[in-house]
Order: sequence, then structure tokens, then C-alpha cells
Amino acid sequence: MTTFNEPLLHVEGLKQHFRITRHYTTKAVDGISFDIYPGETYGLVGESGSGKSTTGRTLIRLYEPTAGKIIFDGRDISGKLSKEDEKYLRTNMQMIFQDPMACLNPRKKVMEIIAQGLEIQHLYKDRNDLENKVYSILEKVGLSREHASRYPQQFSGGQRQRIGIARALVMNPKLVIADEAISALDVSIQAQVVNLMKDLQDELGTTYLFIAHDLSMVKYISDRIGVMHLGHLVETGTTDDIFSNPIHPYTRSLLSAIPKPDPHVEKNRISLSYDKDKEGVDYNAGTIHHVSETHQVLATDEEFERWTAM
Amino acid sequence: MSEKKEKKDRVLSIRDLNISFETATGTINAIRGVRMDLFRGETIAIVGESGSGKSVTVKTIMGIMASNGRIESGSIEYTFTDDDGEVKTVDLTKLSQKEIRYKFNGRHIAMVFQDPMTSLDPTMTIGKQIMEGMLAHLGLSKEEAKKRTLKLLEDVGIDEPQKRFSQYPHQLSGGMRQRVVIAIALACDPDILICDEPTTALDVTIQAKILELIKKLQKEKNISVIYITHDLGVVAKVADYVDVMYAGRIIEKGNIDEIFYDPRHPYTWGLLASMPDTDTSSTRLFAIPGTPPNLLEKIEGDAFAVRNPYALAIDFKVEPPMFNVGGQHRVASWLCDPRAPKVEVPEQLRQRLNRIRKEEANDNI
Repeated sequence: MTTFNEPLLHVEGLKQHFRITRHYTTKAVDGISFDIYPGETYGLVGESGSGKSTTGRTLIRLYEPTAGKIIFDGRDISGKLSKEDEKYLRTNMQMIFQDPMACLNPRKKVMEIIAQGLEIQHLYKDRNDLENKVYSILEKVGLSREHASRYPQQFSGGQRQRIGIARALVMNPKLVIADEAISALDVSIQAQVVNLMKDLQDELGTTYLFIAHDLSMVKYISDRIGVMHLGHLVETGTTDDIFSNPIHPYTRSLLSAIPKPDPHVEKNRISLSYDKDKEGVDYNAGTIHHVSETHQVLATDEEFERWTAM
Repeated sequence: MSEKKEKKDRVLSIRDLNISFETATGTINAIRGVRMDLFRGETIAIVGESGSGKSVTVKTIMGIMASNGRIESGSIEYTFTDDDGEVKTVDLTKLSQKEIRYKFNGRHIAMVFQDPMTSLDPTMTIGKQIMEGMLAHLGLSKEEAKKRTLKLLEDVGIDEPQKRFSQYPHQLSGGMRQRVVIAIALACDPDILICDEPTTALDVTIQAKILELIKKLQKEKNISVIYITHDLGVVAKVADYVDVMYAGRIIEKGNIDEIFYDPRHPYTWGLLASMPDTDTSSTRLFAIPGTPPNLLEKIEGDAFAVRNPYALAIDFKVEPPMFNVGGQHRVASWLCDPRAPKVEVPEQLRQRLNRIRKEEANDNI
């Protein structure tokens, strides 16, 4: 076990650009840095187009990073991967996708879907061992053995998301990236899945990167939160830092928009709006300012003074 | 809500609506005895999980039900003032889909759909899409319709309406597109606006703005709005009345305060408690166990009984009637029967309600 001070994932100056035409490049992620420590849940929030999903996909190397460093468990995984590093990455970092309808192969049985990773990486002794591994993970996520011989379309949305979680966890990964893993589910099912993810974390000590736009869920599950906007990480801190002392106006506008199940509050509330250009904020000019040891904001000196004075 | 006890203007009244769908695997009883009233200028929110029948209900009002659906019984009476200024009442279930489509859709009853990406025509300019309804229903000339469209675009908060008029949907952001969809819905001054999850496809920051916009327009034009949503935060923001649906039935209804501050049905408790509010500090979310029932099978007793930790023996045998628990509050749960044992609201929800009451008391001092 690594010591607590050693981050499991260290990201530094990560950039992910997509060239659309000769003259135009989308800067989806534009220089972000953060650390994730073993056993914690890091929530990444932001509106659509902020680059939070791209970040997740770059980390697991579905994309070739444009620039920057990704250190995962002491190994540099940002450049060309050696065979050994690739194997390490593919077994120890897993992903849960947003849409449980789309991310499971409809022609394969649950057994084959969950076992596929183990088979590719040869992480089993014999057929029996493989099946037992699948059965035990199915039970962990609240499904039964009989479900292994069914096809994805025979399950409800919540159950399918459990299969997605089982597929990720069967590899016994160190880090799981959950990209909007609950937003396609019904409210009552969302709570079931979040509770399951929390229970499994307590049991297995898995680290989560939880990508979402629903701030109330993120608050509930995360230890630390990073707020992204237009490819920049504008604020990061512990859940408490972000919710009780938000500094960046974008974070404030996000927080003010969380709907509350209380009509008296909700009817009188006017959400704050944030327009980067109107406020004259230039993310590229900003540098990281420390509010406290755990709490950082991206701002210029002048902005930082103005925002903290508010 | 008004000081005078004047008779409110009833726009829509649904009685004992039963709808079933014929599928390859059997008959699905999607709607089982829905009753609902909508008055002018008021907002009703229908809340429920997917498959609870909320969309089917409003699609029937719009006459756009899927072709394998059948109205078994019941009526949907719609009261309106026709072009000659006469007040008329029609039963929408007696009309053909074609008649509803030509006479009512867009003109009297309009709908805002969930995803503005798919509900706009990508090959048509925004101006043309908004004008379409005006030209067809109101018989305006092109110039008049254009003038009205520009005014509408301004009303829904789109700047530079002249420029936007000739742009295509893909040139706008998601929030702007949803504003265009709202403009289309309001093009012919409808009486009823149906919003089917109008903000689920949008970001939180934009979501609040769209809801505020619909509220503002509703007030200005004095229209009635039906919201369909599963997001109780949205309901809290917009609704006057709430209908909670489960497995094709309304299981709890009442005004917004009754539902949010004094919920009685265990399913409503579950819905409210499973939504984390930002003040919740407990380590586990309350989750409703199990999954919604399969409506292919005949439901015996209360459909929610199998997922209900508070279920009584009778819940598995006899379907509960609507109990009147005072005010406008109606609950379909045997727990409201005077003979039923007293049960406590789940811990988390009770804490939240207590906190809200305390805050309110502080505010009043």
C-alpha cells in the first residue's frame, strides 16, 4: 500500500486538443493539473463542453494527450505506452460509462461481457476460476448467478449499470473513472447505484474519479472536487471548501443553480449567472492561487483579490 | 391562492382515464384511472419514474399516442374559447387524432419536448419554424407572422432576433435552442403548454433560466402549464399542484406545500429522501429498493407494495382507494386508513422537514 501522501494519479499540465481543420483546433482540455489520492473519490464537475469527459477519456488513454504528464501509480502513462505499462494501465484503471443501454454488447451474455477483460489479460487459472470470479462480482453488485447467462436487453437500466460496474471492478482496479455513471438513471435507482458504489469502495478500497454535472450527487459522494470550465480547472478543493467557501464566480453560479426539494426556497431563488467575457476573465492569464492548503483557484492576482473580498 | 373565492376557470378535466397498449408480449395497462383538473393560469407537475405513465397521459391530451394504444374508458374534457368568441367544451378522447392535430395542437394545446436537438428541424431556418404554426392556424400574412416572430424571439430572451430569424438550429447553443422550441410552442397563444422534461437535456445553470422564462411567460400570457418531470427540484420551483404517478396511477396529489412538507405516501417519501439536498450530511442515501413493476402482469393490490417497507397485509390484496387527508391532499395508500397502524416518516426525510420548519420559524420572527 502506498502512503497517503503519494498520489495514485498525478496529472500535470494536461492538454487535449482536437484539430478540426487546418485553421481551427478545439482546445477541449487546456492545461489542467490535479492529484487523486488512494481510496478517495474525486468529483469532476462542469457544464457540457467543459472538457470533463475528455479529461476522463484521456486519462484512460482513449486519446493521445497533446501535452502534459499523467503519472499513474508511479508510472508515466502520458507518452507511448510500453507493453508492460499498457497492460498495467488496462488492468488497473477501469471506466464506467454513462449510458448503460449503449455500453454493453447486445450480442454477448453477461458472463462474456464481464469476463472479457480477464480473458484478454489472462488473469485466471482455468475456466472454473474465471466463472467463479464473475459470479462473485455479480453478487457483490447485487445481482445473482442466474443473471450471468442472460443478455443485456433482459435487464432494467439500473441493473445494466450494475453490470457496467461489475465489468469495471472484476479487474480489481486501483482507479475507476465513472463518467456520468448515474445521470441516465431514474432518481430512485440513482440512489441505489450511488450507495452501491460507496459500499464497494469501503469494501475494496477502490479510488474513484466521478465525473458528473449533478452537484448535489457529487457533493454526496466526493471527498474532493474539481470544477472545470472551458477546458480549465478553475477551482479545486475538498468538498467542504467548494461548498462552504466557493471563490470562483463560475463555481458560485453552479452552486446557486442546484435545485432544492423545498418550494419556499426554490420559488424565491434567482440563480446567479456567469459570463466569462462580461466579467473579463482570461483563463490563460490566471495562475493557481492557494486559498488554503487544500483549496486552489485559477485566477490572476487582481481577480483573486476581488473574488476573495466578496 | 387568490384572496377572493371566485370560481376558477377550468381548462382541462380528465376523468377515469384508462389506456392500454397492445404489444407482441401482451396488453400493457399503462394508465389506470387517472383523474386530473387544470385551471387557467395554474401549473401542475406530474412526477414519476420512467414507465409510470406520465408521458402517455399528456401524449393522449395532444392526440399523439402511439398507434398501438387504446383508450379503454374515461374522458378528457377541454374547455376553450373558439375563434367566434364562443365558449365550448369538447371531449378529446372522442376526436380522431387527425382532428386534434388540425384544430387543437399548437393552436390551443402546445408542447415543449425534452431534447431541442431532435425536436427542431435541422433543415429549416428558425424563423420559418416559428412562423409555420401561425400561417397554418391563424391565417396571418407572411409579414404579420414575421413581425410576431421577431417579437416572440425577443420575449423568449434571444438577442438579435433579426439575425437569428434566418439562422439554422445548429448555429445555436442548447439553451438557445430550447428557447426557440418555447417560442414555437407559444406562437399561436395556446391555453395549455405541456412541458415534457424541458430541462433534462440542459446544464443546471441553463436549466434554472429556462424554468424562470417559462414562469415569466406563463404569467404574462395567463396560460396553464403541465410539467412532466422526475426532478423534484424542478417541481419545487415551478408547480402549484403536484400529481405523483406510479405504475399508471396517481398515488398522491395535492398542492405543492402539502406534497413537499407533509408527504403521506411511502413512494413520495422515497422520492423526496433519495434526492440528496446539499445540506444532507448523512453517509447513506435513502434508496427505494427494487424496480418499477412490469405492467404486462396484472397488478394485485397496491402496485408499490412489493417495494414498500411499510406495506400492510391488505396492500397485497386490495388496491387502496384515494383517501382525503384534508385540504386538496389525496393519497392512495392504506396507511391513511383510520384503522392502519401509525408509521413514521423515514429518518432522513424527517430531519430535513424539521430543518425546513425550523428555518421557516426563524424567518417569521
